[in-house]
Amino acid sequence: MSEIEISKIRNFCIIAHIDHGKSTLADRIIEKTGLLTSREMLAQVLDNMDIERERGITIKSQSVRIIYHAKDGEEYILNLIDTPGHVDFNYEVSRSLAACDGAVLVVDAAQGIEAQTLGNVYLALDHDLEILPVINKIDLPSADPDRVASEIEDVIGLDCEDAPRISAKTGLNVDQVLEAIVEKLPAPSGDSSAPLSALIFDSLYDPYRGVIVFCRLFDGTLKKGMKVRMMATGTTAEVVEVGYFGPGQFIPCDSLEAGMVGYFTAFLKNVKDTRVGDTVTDAQRPCDQALPGYKDPLPMVYCGVYPADSARYQDLRDALEKLQLNDASLQFEPETSAALGFGFRCGFLGLLHLEVVQERLEREYNLDLVTTAPGVIYKVHKTDGTCFDLTNPSNLPDPSEIEYMEEPVVAAEIMVTTEYIGPIMQLCQERRGIYKETEYIESGRALLRYDMPLNEVIYDFFDALKSRSRGYASFDYELKEYTRSSLCKLDILVNREQVDALSFIVFEGSAYERGRKMCEKLKEEIPRQLFEIPIQAAVNGRIIARETVRALRKDVLAKCYGGDITRKKKLLEKQKEGKKRMRQVGSVEIPQKAFMSVLKLDEQ
Amino acid sequence: MEKRELGIYVHIPFCARKCAYCDFLSFPAGKNVQQDYFYALQKEIASFVPSGDYEAVSVYFGGGTPSLPDPGQIAWTLDVIRETFAVRKDAEITIECNPGTLDRHRLETYKRAGFNRLSIGLQSADNTLLETLGRIHTFETFRREYRQAREAGFDNISIDLMYGLPNQTLSSWKDTLEKITELDPEHVSAYSLIVEEGTPFWDRYHEDDEEKRRGGRPLFLPDEETEGQMLELLKSSLLDIGICRYEISSYAKPGYESRHNTGYWLKREYAGFGLGASGQIRDFRYRNPSRLEGYLNHAQPDGYVEEKTFLSGEDEISETMILGLRMIRGVDLQRFEERFHVRAEDLFKDVIDRFRKAGLLEITDHHLHLTDRGLDVSNLVMCEFL
Repeated sequence: MSEIEISKIRNFCIIAHIDHGKSTLADRIIEKTGLLTSREMLAQVLDNMDIERERGITIKSQSVRIIYHAKDGEEYILNLIDTPGHVDFNYEVSRSLAACDGAVLVVDAAQGIEAQTLGNVYLALDHDLEILPVINKIDLPSADPDRVASEIEDVIGLDCEDAPRISAKTGLNVDQVLEAIVEKLPAPSGDSSAPLSALIFDSLYDPYRGVIVFCRLFDGTLKKGMKVRMMATGTTAEVVEVGYFGPGQFIPCDSLEAGMVGYFTAFLKNVKDTRVGDTVTDAQRPCDQALPGYKDPLPMVYCGVYPADSARYQDLRDALEKLQLNDASLQFEPETSAALGFGFRCGFLGLLHLEVVQERLEREYNLDLVTTAPGVIYKVHKTDGTCFDLTNPSNLPDPSEIEYMEEPVVAAEIMVTTEYIGPIMQLCQERRGIYKETEYIESGRALLRYDMPLNEVIYDFFDALKSRSRGYASFDYELKEYTRSSLCKLDILVNREQVDALSFIVFEGSAYERGRKMCEKLKEEIPRQLFEIPIQAAVNGRIIARETVRALRKDVLAKCYGGDITRKKKLLEKQKEGKKRMRQVGSVEIPQKAFMSVLKLDEQ
Repeated sequence: MEKRELGIYVHIPFCARKCAYCDFLSFPAGKNVQQDYFYALQKEIASFVPSGDYEAVSVYFGGGTPSLPDPGQIAWTLDVIRETFAVRKDAEITIECNPGTLDRHRLETYKRAGFNRLSIGLQSADNTLLETLGRIHTFETFRREYRQAREAGFDNISIDLMYGLPNQTLSSWKDTLEKITELDPEHVSAYSLIVEEGTPFWDRYHEDDEEKRRGGRPLFLPDEETEGQMLELLKSSLLDIGICRYEISSYAKPGYESRHNTGYWLKREYAGFGLGASGQIRDFRYRNPSRLEGYLNHAQPDGYVEEKTFLSGEDEISETMILGLRMIRGVDLQRFEERFHVRAEDLFKDVIDRFRKAGLLEITDHHLHLTDRGLDVSNLVMCEFL
């Protein structure tokens, strides 16, 4: 595979709203080009993270090179660069897009355009990608491809006359997509003899080879033995192996040239050295400037993560370190809590990222975790003129030392059918949203734009949105700015002792309401114990709400004879197991899940 | 060689009607099924091969309602036990009876066969409550049959009672206790109602889930306060006629404590026969199949056992603690040390210290036992010994 004409290469990605069939189409394309049988597909291509498959989302991007024999008799190299499918990973998405020249836009023939469809299209347009619309799921009884085609034309302004109408599930008309990719998406441009300029769009840690860096070459040639430099981090390394992506495997080759997509290894120990978005260049003959758009990964959401069994602190540290090898956006530093002992304050891109990391720690590293309520990063401006980022509520200084505080605000877009506009606007208002505008997409559908504090978004906003729109609303957001806000720390006292891990920062106007709900929730979560337990919410030492867990009167197995011993023992074992999942705070046992209570305050 | 003491349990799964709270293995059945059952049961007993020199110190026919089927079959089954095992002359031999099924003929047959103790499931003297529970009898029926039992010569009778029942009031409970003490039984078992899964009560109780989530109990059960008063009333009423609490739910005149049940709490070995019956012989606890067809079709030696669990030394220790703590007297610490060559006070030092401090455990006379408050919340204590 030495002589590849640049004009025969297509670098593209597939973009879609969640559940519109992005991954299915990707699988079908790979299958159509004859690389794998469908059984191998299941075993190899999709065999990544359980969590991804269970939730139907892509977290880690996958890339694959496909050889396609087009109808014009020529052989084409198609590089499919898969992108993560969630708003938490928008930056990763933007880097993947930057590696492409075109994008296949998949729209569900029944649902039409959704919030993420638009978000992704805007991102793709930002990167000057040629967009190829595809209408999927035409086999559904509720499919209305004509309506969706005109919606795409009206709202996005893409010509849909020739848009393939397919069923990725059954494989119907998928060959039309492949032909359109060859015909309509542009070939890359670039000069293989120019100084090396390659964009890192992903990386993967391999215990044997070190970091495997995924990159797209814009100019120059990448060869084994070459000394390369990452322009943002300054890391230099000698290239050990270069290659391209076979389905489910890495295939080494001699060199990668301008316009191509592939990988290299260089015995790099940590993905931190190979930041997504960074530019790889020749250390001896560097390019003039780095490719645009590099950003340091910035966590947006923080929470405390503690081992349920304090003896496993070191295991948790090891697990976090291993995850970080593969996930540069995960940040953590040690912290201690009076209630929870030794643990880590971890930073995540968003709530989904948090959940994914938490689940991976529990499943892949077999850890039992206690996590505290997630919070955003607040900027605390002190009276002495200094300012710092607050990621742990316990570090909030005394109110007398605080001049003012700022909180992050996001620009949110909510796509909703008009019958639910009322309830959704009410929800946004409850969450301190500032109404911006309503854009009518077509009759019956509208796009609402709000500026909303991020801390209102991370508390089950998505669930509330779904429940108030019967699942019809879709949602996208991006960080907009920090704005000044009246915030305070809500403390929780259990049996008159403050439990640090239960404190959280809250908008002053919501403190009373949240404090009351928090006490109610904790009353449900904390089992009755030998004595009465008051649960109180306080702001600045002033009690604003109280509930009481009554003392346990009776907990006894009335009967136990020969036939029941095994069963009764199991009941007691279960009870003991339940106790293990509790945290001793002072004289009170608090169940681990109570520390997440603040997240569920809107549940009825 | 010293003889090993053994308890023998025989399960009779038949009953006239399933009660609303009952999660035991029992059901109504026709005469032919009963016939087949006794055939299989007697065969199972006869084929038992003792793995040592055992001596039965108690035999217990439980159910279901053992007083429902043909008393001749019951008597015959007891004969088969005597042929298979060395049953001690002074062994306690109990049959569980339910009011509404007893008569002179049955009682006399049991007596002649060698039963020397009756355990009668009265549950309540309040006829409205009896109906709620799904019982087939009234208090008057019970009283008549109780008197017949006395006439037939039974001088060791236990009465089963339940409290904390739906709509039960303190005064109704008081009335029941007055009527019972008048009859002067030797033994009383009194259970606070536990709503078990798979019973009609469970379904009714959980209809009111919302209420439960708010921390309250559904309205139709007496509140904890009342239930606590019921227990106090029970203890004092029985004490008036010389009956003392000797286990969480068991009360007896001195010397009339159920030897069979005490065997379970002291971890004596026991053999179980019949549908779903459990036994523990040496290090193994086993359970027979609980599906009737399965049981009837496996009428061959060893073919009955559905589940067999090995009990490790740790299991023996924890069971000694949790079962022993059920008794008011508690765990005999000297016996514990002799048996396990370790002091329970050392092995469980932290737990014992903590609960003594909390006023739930005490050590009296080389026995570790629960206090009154400890008995109310015994699960809390017991699970720490697992």
